[in-house]
Amino acid sequence: MFFQHLLNGIIVGGIYAMVALGYSMVYGVLQIVNWAHADVLMFATFIGLLLTTYLKMPVFAMVLLVALFASVLGMSVERVAYRPIKSGNRKMAVLVSALGMSTFLQNLAQLIFGSGTRQFKAIESKSFSFSGFTITNLQILILVVTSVMLLILYILVYRTKIGIAMRACSVSVDNAKLMGINTNLIISGTFGVGAFMAGVAGILIGVYYSAVYPTMGYLLGMKAFAAAILGGIGSIPGAVFGGFIIGTIESLGAGYISSAYRDAFAFFVMILILVVRPSGLMGAKHIDKV
Amino acid sequence: MNKVKDLLKTIKSIRFTKWQKMIFLIALIGLIVSAPYIITDNYILHIVILCSIYACLTLSLNMIIGWSGQFSLGHVCLYGMGAYITTLLMTQTGMNFFPATILSTAFTSGFAMLLCLPTLKLRGDYLAVITLGFGEVFRLFLTNSVSITRGPAGIPNIPDPVIFGYVISSKQAYFYFVALIVILFVVFMKRFNNSGFGMAMIVVNEDDIAATALGINVKKYKLLGFALGGGMAAFMGSFYAVYMGMISPTSFAYAESIKMVSMVVLGGIGSIPGSILGAVLLTALPEVLRAFSEYRMVIYGALMVVMMIFRPEGIWSRSSRMLNEYKIKAFENYKKK
Repeated sequence: MFFQHLLNGIIVGGIYAMVALGYSMVYGVLQIVNWAHADVLMFATFIGLLLTTYLKMPVFAMVLLVALFASVLGMSVERVAYRPIKSGNRKMAVLVSALGMSTFLQNLAQLIFGSGTRQFKAIESKSFSFSGFTITNLQILILVVTSVMLLILYILVYRTKIGIAMRACSVSVDNAKLMGINTNLIISGTFGVGAFMAGVAGILIGVYYSAVYPTMGYLLGMKAFAAAILGGIGSIPGAVFGGFIIGTIESLGAGYISSAYRDAFAFFVMILILVVRPSGLMGAKHIDKV
Repeated sequence: MNKVKDLLKTIKSIRFTKWQKMIFLIALIGLIVSAPYIITDNYILHIVILCSIYACLTLSLNMIIGWSGQFSLGHVCLYGMGAYITTLLMTQTGMNFFPATILSTAFTSGFAMLLCLPTLKLRGDYLAVITLGFGEVFRLFLTNSVSITRGPAGIPNIPDPVIFGYVISSKQAYFYFVALIVILFVVFMKRFNNSGFGMAMIVVNEDDIAATALGINVKKYKLLGFALGGGMAAFMGSFYAVYMGMISPTSFAYAESIKMVSMVVLGGIGSIPGSILGAVLLTALPEVLRAFSEYRMVIYGALMVVMMIFRPEGIWSRSSRMLNEYKIKAFENYKKK
């Protein structure tokens, strides 16, 4: 049973990792938490649901379209809710604006798509079992897609020019601007890449649980944020690592402690980490200078 | 837009003499006493009471956000905790409303301090996430521990409060009760704002490093802000429980926290009249514009974004009001010379 829980945890953890990356990358560049990130994910998943049920689109084309839609939505969120804010107490203003954007998207989805839960069946489910160990083709697919996406992201961030510019922005936006980097474009791009990953993750989780609903982003986002904090917010390997750990803890906790409090484990881990080591497991220690 | 701004400025710059204030106060009391006789429609009275409840809740959240400068998204947890503890004390032990409320307010204040204690070092976003997490865990607890809270079904038949043998049960009586609470809260906040405690807290909010340099115990004031805000929210939760006569976990969901935050933001962070204005606007408007009531949360969300872009200090801001006062004082000094 232990290995079964572990496997389930790792599979869900991979999805959390993909969502957590969006939080972590945006935080790395702008030092703000993009509260609307998970709601962008939810919106994109609904679009995917519509594409499959009404247009009967093939799965891969659908995933690609949804991810592109998500990145456009993510970039527009940045344009509308974050960039125009130039007030004195900017941190508080951005926080409130981000919350507002999240509330807006969530309730807009409720108005458009209805507040009920919808089934999402894109792929026929088959299960294989070896010696007391069950894995479905869906789970294998999720593992493969997650690994491929993480690999692509790794190449993008560490092996391309855009990646260098992104990392430069995360060290210091002002200095990056002095080096001739179009920082606005890079910030937009960071939101876009994060939302692209979130779009794919949304489809995966929607198909995995076969449930899409307007508030799905809320809990998923919180768990992914917990993962980002656990790994050290702003750090890309940290976010991936944190995602897998949160997924595993949640799965083991639900299996061995209490399944009713399944959603609470991520919060407990997050609170513990924030109290004991606020910079996370892999994050750089940040010292405020006076 | 500019005209509205000018109008607001002129309203804010009006200063009354003592007699004018007295007359205004008497008129206000007269209005409150006669209100239930003027408003005969029970539904409208219900809306007025709801506005008052939210005004007090907004004040309590503003104590945390506006005065002590900590961002809480789990206010609903403190509000719900007050409501549930009072209800359980009243239904399980047969306690009267007032001792039960005092107990639950004290307990929730303590809990709010405990909640704040590990998060003292954390900044805006982290604190928001942690308080949100507490709110979520609290809601899970309410829904899952059926033996204590009866789970999603909620607790019905909460008895009415009794004062000196008089049972508060009609809408009119509740109206007088809540009016009294609003006045108490406003007077308390006003006195607090002008006290040493309040001023120290504002300094901590503006710049905690400077506050430390001035010899202000930053930790103490942050804890105090949470304790006071939590206590006030718990008090309102208790009132809400006895007024509604039944409570369930759905009344204390995440959306409720968002609603309170948007009231604080709309009215003005750290402003007393702003809190009341924000609460009344956001409670009464959806009722007036019935056709738009399903768009309510969408509008709240959009409003938060728009306010932050165009008027981040809210409708009735603290900063401009203080600035006005300083200007007037400077002008008076100039005249004396």
